[in-house]
Amino acid sequence: MTMIFGVPMAVFMGQLTLGLVNGAFYALLSLGLAVIFGLLKIVNFAHGAQYMLGAFAALLAFNILGINYWLALVLVPLTVGGLSMLIERFLLRRIAHLDHLYGLLLTFGLALIFEGTLINWFGVSGARYATPEILQGGLNLGFMFLPTYRAWVLVAALAMCLFTWFMIERTRLGAYLRAGTENSQLMQAFGVNVPLLITLTYGFGVGLAAFAGVLAAPLYPVSPTMGSSLLIVVFAVVVIGGMGSILGAILTGLGMGVIEGLTKVYYPEAANTVIFLVMILVLMLRPAGLFGKEA
Amino acid sequence: MSTVIDEVTREPVEGRTASRTRDILKITDLHAFYGESHILHGVNVNVKEGELVTLLGRNGAGRSTTLKAIMNMVGRRTGSIVIGGQETLAMKPHHIPRLGVGYCPEERGIFASLDVHENLLLPPTVSSGGMSLDAIYAMFPNLFERRKSQGTRLSGGEQQMLAMARILRTGARILLLDEITEGLAPVIVQALGEVLVKLKASGMTIVLVEQNFRFAAPLADRHFVMEHGEIIEEISAAELSSKREHLNKLLGV
Repeated sequence: MTMIFGVPMAVFMGQLTLGLVNGAFYALLSLGLAVIFGLLKIVNFAHGAQYMLGAFAALLAFNILGINYWLALVLVPLTVGGLSMLIERFLLRRIAHLDHLYGLLLTFGLALIFEGTLINWFGVSGARYATPEILQGGLNLGFMFLPTYRAWVLVAALAMCLFTWFMIERTRLGAYLRAGTENSQLMQAFGVNVPLLITLTYGFGVGLAAFAGVLAAPLYPVSPTMGSSLLIVVFAVVVIGGMGSILGAILTGLGMGVIEGLTKVYYPEAANTVIFLVMILVLMLRPAGLFGKEA
Repeated sequence: MSTVIDEVTREPVEGRTASRTRDILKITDLHAFYGESHILHGVNVNVKEGELVTLLGRNGAGRSTTLKAIMNMVGRRTGSIVIGGQETLAMKPHHIPRLGVGYCPEERGIFASLDVHENLLLPPTVSSGGMSLDAIYAMFPNLFERRKSQGTRLSGGEQQMLAMARILRTGARILLLDEITEGLAPVIVQALGEVLVKLKASGMTIVLVEQNFRFAAPLADRHFVMEHGEIIEEISAAELSSKREHLNKLLGV
């Protein structure tokens, strides 16, 4: 059997795939966080809970309404994103003039409420969401066995990341978003409805989290706490990548997933901490992050 | 004797102008506040359609704040600001540009995350009749050459041209220009002066906040002198030569 640095090829490739899939989730989530932070200047602590809501919405939509996975992949981000716009409009906007710390506290409180409510109804054990039939099984690539659903997650997450990149970097609405991130007051003096732009941006960022949640539903147990543990890692990824660039967030997300995955192969004990070690290193050497602009 | 004749011959001309053109911008007893600090103390300014007026005064006199107050960019305002016959004091900030107002901030506000072309296309169209992209690039050939550059990589003069150019595209008919010559080389200042002459000739109404009085003097119809958040003097272009010394004293030059 082929060995890579003393590890069987199949094991190595398996962990690499796992790392890339995790990285794809990091990328989707950190992208949403970065977009929201850019315009609202709020660290959205509800992001993990909103990812969890995406997974739960897919689960409940299937169990109660019989809505299948593919439909859920479209409807759930729209619904969760749409409802989050109400949060922005009626809660976040009211405290927008205060210190941004209040936004952090408010979203943290919301996260606790979402989690607590769902724990109350469903407990913490978590439920299984069936993988859609067409994505069951796997491909034998010869050197490794590639589960179809993981491959799909990778493709779908990357496609969504690229779509986001395109929207922000190549469209007029994206130019508004970038300019508003720099100087929203001037944008308003040009006649741009900045409050509406803020609402849409929050909805979009949360929609990305919900999309990630639906993708995650067949992969991990759907439980009320699935978001909170992930969010801490995603924050570290955002710190490592910096707030400056969309592509930076995507690359950092994937890269950190891979580093985490490979650490599992060579030194499993450090797998849960390696990202935070990287974060400390980056903070010491490049405080603005790998892709961030120095202030 | 000659002054009487002057008066007689000039009177009907001014009378005619006044009846033909209305106040497109009328500010009455405007007070503005940033938090607790009271910046404007009852500003009164009227600008007729097609006029170019300046707001002169020392730093901190409230000139930039007056422009910001028109755009509803300050904390709190009282009084009245009527634009094109519409009271705007209760309007949201993003509705004011749609009355045909273009604002060019003192710090120019060029966006670093956008290239020159994107910066130019950024402000939404507020009414028809704005300059076409071709006409703008013809007026500012430098911008065309550098259209792919990051906005903030331009020289100070080019950034100023860009800040002006992008509001010309929107169809704004009232331009509020804050210190557009600040820190620019004389040759650029001269070019900006030529641009203003063209814009005025095309019927634009312009409110110019200026430090450089020699730049503003030959362009303007009237000058408003501000101090401590109030208009303390209004001087028409015709009165300028006789009041020059008085004005220098007011401006502290």
